[in-house]
Amino acid sequence: MTAAIEINAVEKRFGNVGIIHDLNLSIAQGERHAIIGPNGAGKSTTFNLVSGHIAPTSGEIRLNGNVISGLRPFEINRHGLSRSFQVTNVFARMTVWENIRCAVLWATGHHYAFWKNVDNLPVVRRRTAEILEDIHLTHRRDVPAGLLTYAEQRELEIGITIAGGASVIMLDEPTAGMSRAETERAVALIRRLTEGRTLVIVEHDMGVVFGLADRISVLVYGRIIASGTPEEIRSDPKVREAYLGEEAY
Amino acid sequence: MIDAATSVPKVVVTARAQRLRFYGVWVIAAVALIVLPFIFSSGGSLTSFSLIGISIIFALSYNILLGQTGLLSFGHAVHYGFGGFLAIHVMNAVTAHEWSIPLPFIPLFGGIGGLLLALVIGWVMTKRAGTVFAMISLGIGELVASSSLILRSVFGGESGITTDRTALPHMLGWSFGPQIQIYYLIAFWLMISAIAMYALTRTPLGRICNAVRDNPERVEFIGYDPHVVRYIAYGFAGFFAGIAGGLSAINFEIANSAYLGAAQSGIVLFATFIGGTAYFFGPILGAILVTYLQLGLTDVTTVWQLYFGIIFIGIVMFAPGGIAGLLMMHRPLVRSGTLGMVIPSYLVALVPTLALACGVILAIESVARYAQGEGSGSNIDLLGVPFNAASPLTWFAAAILIIGGFFVARISWRRIAQAWDRAATVARDRGYLA
Amino acid sequence: MLEFVPRNNAIPDTSECIVLELIVISTINGVLFGMLLFLLSSGLTVIFSMMGVLNFAHASFYMLGAFFGFQLTRWIGFWPALVLAPLLVGAIGMAVERYGLRSIHKHGHVAELLLTFGLAFAIEEIVSMIWGKSPMDYRVPALLDFPAFTVFSTNYPAYKIFMLAVSGAIFVALLITLKRTRVGLIVQAALTHPNMVAHLGHNVGRVFMLVFGVGAALAGVAGVIAGPALVTQSDMATLLGPILFVVIVFGGLGSLSGAFIASLFIGLVQTFAVALNGSLAGAFGPLDPSFGPSIITDIWNVTISQIAPILPYVLLVLILIVRPMGLMGSRET
Repeated sequence: MTAAIEINAVEKRFGNVGIIHDLNLSIAQGERHAIIGPNGAGKSTTFNLVSGHIAPTSGEIRLNGNVISGLRPFEINRHGLSRSFQVTNVFARMTVWENIRCAVLWATGHHYAFWKNVDNLPVVRRRTAEILEDIHLTHRRDVPAGLLTYAEQRELEIGITIAGGASVIMLDEPTAGMSRAETERAVALIRRLTEGRTLVIVEHDMGVVFGLADRISVLVYGRIIASGTPEEIRSDPKVREAYLGEEAY
Repeated sequence: MIDAATSVPKVVVTARAQRLRFYGVWVIAAVALIVLPFIFSSGGSLTSFSLIGISIIFALSYNILLGQTGLLSFGHAVHYGFGGFLAIHVMNAVTAHEWSIPLPFIPLFGGIGGLLLALVIGWVMTKRAGTVFAMISLGIGELVASSSLILRSVFGGESGITTDRTALPHMLGWSFGPQIQIYYLIAFWLMISAIAMYALTRTPLGRICNAVRDNPERVEFIGYDPHVVRYIAYGFAGFFAGIAGGLSAINFEIANSAYLGAAQSGIVLFATFIGGTAYFFGPILGAILVTYLQLGLTDVTTVWQLYFGIIFIGIVMFAPGGIAGLLMMHRPLVRSGTLGMVIPSYLVALVPTLALACGVILAIESVARYAQGEGSGSNIDLLGVPFNAASPLTWFAAAILIIGGFFVARISWRRIAQAWDRAATVARDRGYLA
Repeated sequence: MLEFVPRNNAIPDTSECIVLELIVISTINGVLFGMLLFLLSSGLTVIFSMMGVLNFAHASFYMLGAFFGFQLTRWIGFWPALVLAPLLVGAIGMAVERYGLRSIHKHGHVAELLLTFGLAFAIEEIVSMIWGKSPMDYRVPALLDFPAFTVFSTNYPAYKIFMLAVSGAIFVALLITLKRTRVGLIVQAALTHPNMVAHLGHNVGRVFMLVFGVGAALAGVAGVIAGPALVTQSDMATLLGPILFVVIVFGGLGSLSGAFIASLFIGLVQTFAVALNGSLAGAFGPLDPSFGPSIITDIWNVTISQIAPILPYVLLVLILIVRPMGLMGSRET
């Protein structure tokens, strides 16, 4: 079966500065894959490379077998990949309901239609209501997104990401800044919403990572130094060295 | 149990009441448009209403760009102008070739003119957004306006192109010579344009335009190309601006390069922004106010454009939501019944603020008349009190009003802010404010 | 646009001499106009890069410089005016930043642009209210009113050499300030990382006020010295403003070197276009009269000097199609 995401020999340089060096990664369909690593390792850059925000200097990225490196973000999104953002990126002046509805419109085939009344589309309405239920924000549907609490905005962020029905979901530090209780809620939400889909998640909270992921990759200075199951990663000496430094004898 | 039973019917009633209120507003507007000339029947009023009607369509078209899609354009008048010129040429062609196109269809050709230009230049223009788009719109606006002076055969050079609107085939027995018939023509096109533009905001495209305005980066990640969205919005804005231009050409029976110029672009920007870009009715208010001021102030003072500039700067700095924004800000207070808590502070602030405004007006008018060399002979009529422009007494009064007025007004504004705080707190407690 | 006007009626020797004379004079004039544009666009670029504000009123500061220069020259002479007028304009600039832009900043870039737009509008109205709408009789100071040298048969005025010298000196001073002084270092840093500079403890507010004031003063200087050579009139800002924007979009937003190249390029292009008086009709003869009045005859008969005013905008469209981020642009708005 074709891998959901394939990153082959990808390099990224900004001017003379190399951020990503010879990145190779394969993520299977339906897998929950976490990318961890110290700050500045290039996790966000990797996300931006896959989602099309920036193009690789060399190398190739495939989504479900199709080459997506060099495509515009909206083209990649239409191929079935959706991502969330580390800094909350919702439509602040629109209500929660409208935020989700906008995310649903393209996938339900309405594209740039200017001849239909958006309030009269039953499929759109049903899908939006379902997703609002899933992220537990139905009671806040008429609140402008900019006025939600931080945790609610993060949940809305996740909702917008999955609303389009993409098969590959990428979440960039979804639980950043959340309390213990909020994090647990978010993790349960993520687990439920990504059933049957491929999930790639960047996280710093190890509890979330080890509880959620099927496989983990460790990114250090733009290179993947280890990739495997949570047990393998936990016991890998290279990983320990990267996070804790070399043992002093 | 009882709560659930009684809350459901309330929801149903509210929805139906909302729909009734919504359609009611449009019906009332239509009735008002029809009835207006019977209340104010002077020739001057009819001309004013006609101009205001055209202005409203133009401002609403501009808000498709600014308020809906977040595109600030300094060159929107080129679509207005192209619409006007196409309309003029079609009218002349209809008369020359004796086609059977009556006058009421001509604004449609205006719209087509505006749309064609928008389709041609829009793709390149909408490649960038934000301040870059604004600068590009200025440059391309100037390009089109200057080119029109070179291409004399199409744009008539400096004197423009004229037409005779009564020479077209009549419709329903109307020749469209009298101003009242032109008023109803404009009112008709105003209704259908406004309805169309409002409907546009309720379509998928309209919603995505709002999303592009709020967060163009995110829009890409929900599957949309922001460039295409902006391009389509630009096309619509050009179309309706062209309708306004066509109506203008019919009204004045002339189209010239001023239609396309930076001054016309500036006025529509003023009107839309002063009215308020966040609400559909904002540009309507702004267009009415600006056109009214334009017509009324030109007789009273030579520097009316300066007052425009000052009002605009004031709105940008203190009320960026425009008049509509200011009004809607009070909605939660009205709903929660706390409006009465702020009204007294408004009334108290009125006096010093008015004094300050009078002082500023006196100062400006004195300088204006002094610079024009007519100081000693002219009087400034302010609120019925004649002030001699050259007398030191006037300057003294202006200084007192400005300085004194400012200090007292500042105190009263602070008290307004405090009253607002109290009213907002109560409204929040009652659940009417988020 | 600086025109090539022969000072005497001597008949030139050969046609090559005419062409060479044309080229030399136009090049000098073009460079002069370009330097003027750069004086303006450099201030605009620095303000935009540092503060994210596109100062629509920048050309208005230029106009204020010209009018203050004119009025002060009337009262106290040209040379004191040369020093005083830019200081006044700079002070106005600082006040605009302190009392206007600073409180608008939180509403975003569009609001800032609209504020400067309203300001430009108001300044133009105030200027035409005080001084009227006709051109001012702003004369070249007697000290500089002589021909500097002769190119073939044309005398080149000393005042223009003075203008070149002043703009060149300011340019060099700017370069030294930016590259070699502490303030310049801070400004350079704030050009790309304003937030970081604030974190480092510098009073960014004061730096902004200073930068805005200096930018305005630069525009004012350009106005004071350009006033006698170009027309000093209340529509100066509306004529020059859009060209200024073309320059910085063409050169690439946020790039000083791009602004420099674009200023010189557009200055030269426009000066040469005004000097050349050709048209398709002139080159190929009149069109067949059966074409009648139409777009084709309009384009056929238009002279290059007639389209000179719109050439910058044509360049704008071209750069947007070919290279939308400008010649040396890197910053995404």
